[in-house]
Amino acid sequence: MSVVTCKVMGEPEPAACEGENVTATTSAPAALRPHAEDAFAEELKALEAVDDRPRPERWRLSPWAVATYLLGGTLPDGTVVSPKYVGPRRIVEVAVTTLATDRALLLLGVPGTAKTWVSEHLAAAVSGDSTLLVQGTAGTAEEAVRYGWNYAQLLAKGPSREALVPSPVMRAMADGMIARVEELTRIPADVQDTLITILSEKTLPIPELGEEVQAVRGFNLIATANDRDKGVNELSSALRRRFNTVVLPLPETPEAEVDIVARRVEQIGRSLDLPAVPDGIDEIRRVVTVFRELRDGVTTDGRTKLKSPSGTLSTAEAISVVTGGLALAAHFGDGVLRASDVAAGILGAVVRDPAADRVIWQEYLEAVVREREGWKDFYRACREVSA
Amino acid sequence: MTTVPGAGPLLMGVRHHGPGSARAVLAALTAREPKVLLVEGPPEADAVVEAAAHEEMRPPVALLAHVVDEPGRAAFWPLAEFSPEWVAIRWALARGVPVRFFDLPAAHSLMSEGSEESAGEEEPEAEGVRLDPLRVLAEAAGHDDPERWWEDVVEHRGGLSADPCAPFAVLADAMAALRETRGGPLGDPGHRRDAVREAHMRLRLREARKEFGDDAVAVVCGAWHVPALTARTTVTADRRLLKGLPKAKTEITWVPWTHERLARHSGYGAGITSPGWYGHLFSSPDRPVERWMTKVARLLREEDIAVSSAHVIEAVRLADTLAALRGRPLPGLGETVDAVRAVMCEGSDVPLALVHDRLIVGDALGEVPREVPAVPLQRDLARTQRSLRLKPEARERELDLDLRGENDTARSRLLHRLRLLGVDWGEPARGRTGTTGTFRETWRLCWRPELSVRVAEAGVWGTTVVGAATAKAEALARDAEALAEVTELAERCLLAGLGDALPVVMRALADRAALDADVGHLAQALPALVRSVRYGDVRGTDAAALREVAEGLAERVCVGLPPACAGLDADGAAEMRGHVDAAHRAIVLLERDELLARWRAVLRTLAERDRVPGVVRGRCARLLLDDGRLEDDEAARLMGLALSPGTEPGDAAAWIEGFLAGGGMLLAHDERLLGLVDTWLTGIPGESFTDVLPLLRRTFAAYEPGVRRTVGELVRRGPTGSGGPGAAEWEAVPGFGTGLDGERADAVLPTLRLLLGTRPAGSAAPAAPEDRKNQKDRKDTTEPAGTARKAVTAR
Repeated sequence: MSVVTCKVMGEPEPAACEGENVTATTSAPAALRPHAEDAFAEELKALEAVDDRPRPERWRLSPWAVATYLLGGTLPDGTVVSPKYVGPRRIVEVAVTTLATDRALLLLGVPGTAKTWVSEHLAAAVSGDSTLLVQGTAGTAEEAVRYGWNYAQLLAKGPSREALVPSPVMRAMADGMIARVEELTRIPADVQDTLITILSEKTLPIPELGEEVQAVRGFNLIATANDRDKGVNELSSALRRRFNTVVLPLPETPEAEVDIVARRVEQIGRSLDLPAVPDGIDEIRRVVTVFRELRDGVTTDGRTKLKSPSGTLSTAEAISVVTGGLALAAHFGDGVLRASDVAAGILGAVVRDPAADRVIWQEYLEAVVREREGWKDFYRACREVSA
Repeated sequence: MTTVPGAGPLLMGVRHHGPGSARAVLAALTAREPKVLLVEGPPEADAVVEAAAHEEMRPPVALLAHVVDEPGRAAFWPLAEFSPEWVAIRWALARGVPVRFFDLPAAHSLMSEGSEESAGEEEPEAEGVRLDPLRVLAEAAGHDDPERWWEDVVEHRGGLSADPCAPFAVLADAMAALRETRGGPLGDPGHRRDAVREAHMRLRLREARKEFGDDAVAVVCGAWHVPALTARTTVTADRRLLKGLPKAKTEITWVPWTHERLARHSGYGAGITSPGWYGHLFSSPDRPVERWMTKVARLLREEDIAVSSAHVIEAVRLADTLAALRGRPLPGLGETVDAVRAVMCEGSDVPLALVHDRLIVGDALGEVPREVPAVPLQRDLARTQRSLRLKPEARERELDLDLRGENDTARSRLLHRLRLLGVDWGEPARGRTGTTGTFRETWRLCWRPELSVRVAEAGVWGTTVVGAATAKAEALARDAEALAEVTELAERCLLAGLGDALPVVMRALADRAALDADVGHLAQALPALVRSVRYGDVRGTDAAALREVAEGLAERVCVGLPPACAGLDADGAAEMRGHVDAAHRAIVLLERDELLARWRAVLRTLAERDRVPGVVRGRCARLLLDDGRLEDDEAARLMGLALSPGTEPGDAAAWIEGFLAGGGMLLAHDERLLGLVDTWLTGIPGESFTDVLPLLRRTFAAYEPGVRRTVGELVRRGPTGSGGPGAAEWEAVPGFGTGLDGERADAVLPTLRLLLGTRPAGSAAPAAPEDRKNQKDRKDTTEPAGTARKAVTAR
C-alpha cells in the first residue's frame, strides 16, 4: 500500500492524460487539484525561454509553443514537454490558431473527450491563467457572464465602479486574457446571447454607469459543449457564427482506448478500495470493443455495419461499466472480472431508449457477438440479462 | 525568347497531373517555342492526337489502347485539364507544332503485362512510375503535399520569371541524385520495364533531334525519366533492349474520363486524391484560397447550409494563420480543409464529405468528339453477337430461351447485361408458354439506332460487355439508397451472371439492411433475395454469399418484428400482416432449420402478445397452425382468447380476418373453430355488429363459393359440438363433429374395401373405433385425404 500512497501524495507526475477531469498530482499538498499553469509551470517556463517566434499581443507563448505544450515534444535545450492531449495534431493546431484570430473557440465532443482539459491547458499556455472560468449550468445567470453588484456597496454609494463585481469574462476582457465557459449549451438561451455583444463588438456596456469595458488585445473565449445533448439549449445561429468549432474525437485506436479505460479503472478501483482483480484486461478489451463497434456503427473488422444506439457510449461510460463490473466481481463474484459482471452494465449503457435501442442491441448480439470466436460466455451472459 | 542555340533539347520532367508542373511547362514552352513536342505516352496515339484540339473535346479524357481481338486487355492514359502533358499537347496543336508520343508502344506494353487482366484497373504508368519522385523529395523536405512543395520551392522562388526552363534543370539534377540512390543513372536495374521504356524514349528523342535540330525539341515526361534521357548509351545498346518484345495488334482511341476515376485510379503517377483542388489551383488566376473558400461557400449554400461572407472571410483568415503556424508560405489543401471544417461546417464532417466529393474530387465529366474511333465495348458486343448467333435487327421479334442450354443461357446473360448498361435491346416479355418454371425466358428484341449511342456511352464503364456491366452494377450498388433497389440489383446481377459484381452488391445490401430500421423494408427485401438464392441455385451461380446475406436479413426481421408490431393503427396492421406473410414464405424457402425455429418462436410470441394488433396475431396463429406447429387445442385456445367477450369486437373481427384469410376450408373442417366463431358472432351486441360487419364481409367474401356454401350449410345445421352436452366424449378428435353415426359409417366400408382391394375382415378391424370415428361421414365436404390414408395404414 505504501506505493499507492506515494503516488497519490508524491511527486508531480506529468502523465499524458486523455480523460476529462484527470487529477494532476502536485507537490503542494494543499491543493487537491492544482491549476494547469501551476502543475506544469516548469514546462511553460522552459518553453517561454526557447520560444523565439512571434507572439500575438499579451500571449505568454507563440502559437507554435502553445501547440508544442499541448502535443508534447523535446525542446532544443533538452527539456521534455509531456503531451497533454493525445489525439490528432490538426485539432490542437486549429484550436490554437483560432485563439490567435479574433474568433472564439468552441470545443465540442461527447463526455470524456478531454474538452475541459484542453481548454484549461490552452488558457494556461496562452495567458498563464486558467482560472477565468464560468461554469455553465441551467441556473447560470447573466451576472455570471457580465457583472454583478456588491449590494452593500450599491446601497451605500449608489452605482459605481467599486460596487460592481466583474465576471471572469469581464476581467479577461479588461486584461486581455483567455476566458473559459464550460458547458455552454447548459446555459439558458437568453444568458448565452449576452455573449454575442462580447464576441462581436468586443465590448461590454455597463448602462448603469454609462460606461463600457472594451476588450484589450489578447482577449478571447474558449467554450466547451457536449454535442450529444444538443437539445438542452442549442446555440442560436447568431452566437454559433462567432465561434470556430473543433470537435474532439473519441480515441482513434482500440488499443489507445483500452489503455485509457484500464488506467482509469485502476485509479478509481484504488480510490474505492476495491480488491485488485487480476486479468481484467480481456474483459476490458471486450467492453471497449462493444462500445466502439456500436458507437462507430461498424464492426472492428470493418465488414458489418451496425445501427448505433441513442446513448453516447463514450470512453467515460466504458470506464464506469468496467468499474461496476469490478465491484460485482469483488463483492459478489469469485474475484475475477467475468462476462457476467459487465453484461448488465453494458446493457444499461447501450439500451437507453427501451424500444429502439433494445432492437439494436439484440441485432448486435445475434449478428455479431454470437458468431464471434471466444465470445460464447459473453453472448450467454448478455442473453441472460437482456431476456 | 525563342530557341536558344546550343541549349540542347528542352527536357521537362513533370509531376503527372501536377498543376504546378503544368504551369511551368506552359511557361517554358512559350519561352522556347520548340519545333517538335515529345510526350510520354504510346506512339500509336500519334494518329489520334489531333482530336485533342477538337472543340468538342473536354478533359478529363483518357487515351485508351487495347488489343484488337481482346478488348479486355487495355490500358488508359488519363489526362486532366491540369495535366502538364495535356497543356503541352494543346499548346503544340494550337501552333501547328507536331506532337509525338515517345513511350514504349502499347503494342508491346499491353503484351508484356501478361498476367494483368483487368482493364483500366492498372495503367502501365502505375508500374513504371511506381514511386512519385516529387513526393519523395517533398517528404524529404517535410511537406505532405508535393504540389505545395513544388509551388513553395520551385515557383515561389522567383526563378520562374528569370528563366522558365531553370526549374526543370534543377529538377533533373535532383532526380539524377535520387536515381543514384536507387541503383545507378539508369534507374533501378531490377525494373527491366523502365529500362526498356527509356531505351525507346531515347531512340525517338534521337530521331527527333536529327530531324528538327538539337535545340528545337521539347520533351514532357515524368520527372523520373529525365536523367535516363540524357544518359550516354549507344543506339545499338538501346536497340538490343527493344529486341524481341512481344507484340500485338492494338487500337487506340479517346474515351471520356471523370475526376472521380482520376481519384480512384490513383496509381497513375501521382496519386490524385484531389483532382478538383488541382484543377482549381490550375485554373484560378490569382488568390486561390479566397476563390476556393468562395466556391465552398456557394456549394454549402446550395445545400441549405447557412454560410455567409463573414464565414468565408474567417475561413480564409484561419487558413492563413494555420499555414503560418505550420510554417508554410501559403495555405494548402490541408489548411483549407481544416478551416472549412472549423468555420463553415461547425466542426462536423458531414458537410465536409460533400465538399470532398463535389469540390476536392469534383464531378467533372470529360467529353470526346463523335469523330474519334469506336470504343472497344462496341467491338466486344459485335463479337459476342456473332458468336451467339444473335443478330441485331431493327424488326421486332420474340425470342424464347431455354436456360438449360448453354447457348441460350449465354444469350440471356448478354441481354440482361445490356439492360443493366441501359442498352435496352431486349425487353423481357411474358412468354407464350406462361411463366411455368424458372428455366424459360422470353424476350422481345428490337435494335434501334439510338442503341449504338447508348453502347458508346456505356464505354466509360469498361471495354467488354461483362466488364462494363460489372462496373456499372458496382456503381449502382454504391449509389443505391433504398434497400429494395439493392436487392433488385442483386437479382439482376444473378440473371446477368455477374459473379464479380456480387461481392460489392452484397456488401451494399448488408450495409443497407444493417442500417435500415424499418422492419417493413427488410421484410419487403427478403422475398426477392430469397428468390435470388433459389435462382442462383437453378442457374448454377454461386449463391453462398447471397444466402448468407438473406439469412442475416431474416435474422434481423426476427429480432425487429415483435417491437415493430406494437401500437399499429389499422392500416399499419394490415401492411404488417402482408410483411409477416412475405417473410414467412421467404424464410420457409430458405430451408434452414435453425432459422425456421427462431421464426416460429417469433410467430408464437406475436400470436400471444396482447399489444399486437388482432389481424397480425390471427395471421401468426394461422401460419403456425398451417405448419402444424400448434398443439391440438392451441388454435382453439388462441381463438377463444381472441374472441372472448372482453375483447373489442373490432379487434376480434380483425383477428378473424388475419386467421381465416386465404382459405376457409379450415372452418369447414374444424367444427370447433367454426363453433367458436359462431358463438362469438352471435354474441356480438347489436350496435357493434354493424361495425365489424365490413371486416367479416371482407374476410368471407374472399372465399371460393364452394367453401362459402359449405360453411353456410354447416352453420345452418346448427352447432354440433362446442360446449354442448356429450361433447367431451369426442373431444379427443379435433376437426370433426361429435357423435358417431355407426350405421352410416359402416355403409361406407364395402366400397372402401373394394377400392383398397382387401377382403372383409369379419372380426378383425383392430383400429376400428378410431377409424370409424375418422371416417364419420361429412357428406357435404370432401373427404380429407388423410383419412383414407390412415385407413390404409391401419390395415
